[in-house]
Amino acid sequence: MSSKAQQRPAAVQILIIGILALWMILAAFPFLWTLWGSFKVEGDFFSKADWVYALTGTLTDVETGGRFTGDGYYGAWVKEEFWRAAMNSVLVCIFVVTISLTFGTLGGYALARSTYRYAFWFLIAALIFRAMPPITLVSGYLPVFFGWNLWGHLATCIIVLVAINQPFTLWMLHSFFKNIPQDLDESAMVDGCTRFQAFRHVIIPVMWPGVITTGLFSFLLAYNDFAVTAMILSKENQTMVPKIASFLGTTQTKGNVMFAVAAVVSTTAPLFLMIMFFQRQIVSGLTAGAVKG
Amino acid sequence: MKHKAFFLFVLPSSVAMMLFIFFPIISVIVQSLYVAHEQVIVTVENCGPFGCKESTAIDQEATAALREAEPLGRFAGLTTYLDRNHLAVGEVGTAWERADNWRDFGAQMLNLPFYKAIGFTLTFTFVVTPLVIIFGFVIAVAVNSAAALIRGPLIFFSLLPMMVTPLIGSLILFWMIDARGIIGSTLQYLAGNPDLSIKASTPLTWIMLIVYGVWHAAPFAFIVYYAGLQTVNKDTLEAARIDGASRWEQIRYVVIPHLLPLTTFIALMQLMDNFRVFEPIVSFAASAHATSLSWAIYNDLGGETRQLSSAAATSVLTIIGVAILLSPVLVRTWRDFGRK
Repeated sequence: MSSKAQQRPAAVQILIIGILALWMILAAFPFLWTLWGSFKVEGDFFSKADWVYALTGTLTDVETGGRFTGDGYYGAWVKEEFWRAAMNSVLVCIFVVTISLTFGTLGGYALARSTYRYAFWFLIAALIFRAMPPITLVSGYLPVFFGWNLWGHLATCIIVLVAINQPFTLWMLHSFFKNIPQDLDESAMVDGCTRFQAFRHVIIPVMWPGVITTGLFSFLLAYNDFAVTAMILSKENQTMVPKIASFLGTTQTKGNVMFAVAAVVSTTAPLFLMIMFFQRQIVSGLTAGAVKG
Repeated sequence: MKHKAFFLFVLPSSVAMMLFIFFPIISVIVQSLYVAHEQVIVTVENCGPFGCKESTAIDQEATAALREAEPLGRFAGLTTYLDRNHLAVGEVGTAWERADNWRDFGAQMLNLPFYKAIGFTLTFTFVVTPLVIIFGFVIAVAVNSAAALIRGPLIFFSLLPMMVTPLIGSLILFWMIDARGIIGSTLQYLAGNPDLSIKASTPLTWIMLIVYGVWHAAPFAFIVYYAGLQTVNKDTLEAARIDGASRWEQIRYVVIPHLLPLTTFIALMQLMDNFRVFEPIVSFAASAHATSLSWAIYNDLGGETRQLSSAAATSVLTIIGVAILLSPVLVRTWRDFGRK
């Protein structure tokens, strides 16, 4: 990139640096600000008097005797029992990811290998299902779930999230399996394997990169969902996101808004780590549908 | 692949999608045609030492029995669709007759819940989608010309706004634009108006939600375009350069045509996602100024009185909206497939 023809004039260079700097501030600053503020008291987090207080923690010092305080975290995790919501989130995510990957790899493999017309229509139907806003489906679930006493349980929520997740999982795994050469499983079948044996012994060992990427997105969907979890989980089974939403209604009293801030930071932290470790997979997953067509 | 093997492989996901996506859609349609039973009212005569009084009371048993016998409720046909909370045919007709001009008519329409919701949903969808595409493209070009060493961290921070749950991302912004928060008080200072509150003004609320939408979705467009930029043909670029194309002309005539198919993909995904906008409205507590179709359903379903029929009717109207949005894509796929 260092050939003379490609060197940029100073004006273009400055423009690029300016755009990048502005975007970095827009993208990262809100998170850093909230992370920093979550260790302060409300008076500093919402520092009407002087914004410098938010940085120095002047009121935090006055109220708690230290520049940083863990009161928000204590309030959220212990007093408001956020740990329960965190446990529920962990359970929901583990099960949703495992089940949707199991269903998805089987279905995606078949869709990638079938040459018949109905496989194409199956994918189109999945695309239409993908476009349905989940909340419209929820209004279809509720009467049935109430009637059959299924409402409020984690298991119900898990299977619903798996189903809502299926169209996306199928599309993604279908395009990953398309990239695995057909000869691989066909030669296994020539050697006498059944279709399932070929899948089990030949495809499964080589499919992990695609499965991990898809798994990340299933995880994100389960972790981030609000529409379904808020409507079909009972209060004690709530996962983290609806729990935070319920904080908003009840924490109008002074100081308690910091519980919500602490909960928000606690919920975002795992996502931070995930992006850090799996950046490459996430990028490849986001572009898989687009670039490969 | 043999039919039977295919069928067995796709069975688990088909069953899941049938039960939890296809049937609910049918159930929503059916449900929207029914309304809940009214309570059975009986007149009782209470005779005490001071004479008899007639009073009305709810016959709990009869109500329960009626609900048991017909759990769907009473068949109502399209009445739910036509009532004030949905298509509001009567109100629209009155507004049409009374209104003097278009502006007046529009203002009256926006007082009706359904039109208010669809007005915001469509504005949001069609403002955010193009902005996301433009910003995503600009960021992608900028990151692509940055030194290879810092691209990793740049991508990491760029992913944050998209990966974080919409509810949480919008809460973080909401706290900052609060009148006491850093952006809110800066705006007050800049505007020289200490009473300026974004939350209290309808236009500012709309702008805020749209800014959030762009902030949340631009990284998606960025990543897709960034991946596309890696595959731009270097020879074509060099040929253009030798032919004397300026920097801008190279982008205009080589890069943009190369990225055009990706734009269709991004636009499709963004239309689908923006049409279901809902969490930011909850987080920003913006429902007084801006509602969306998804929010209307959520609002009907939540709370003590679950208005299932009303929610179902809005859901059906939303599904019709999604179908209209998707129809160009579906028609094109159909044609492409026919050609093969």
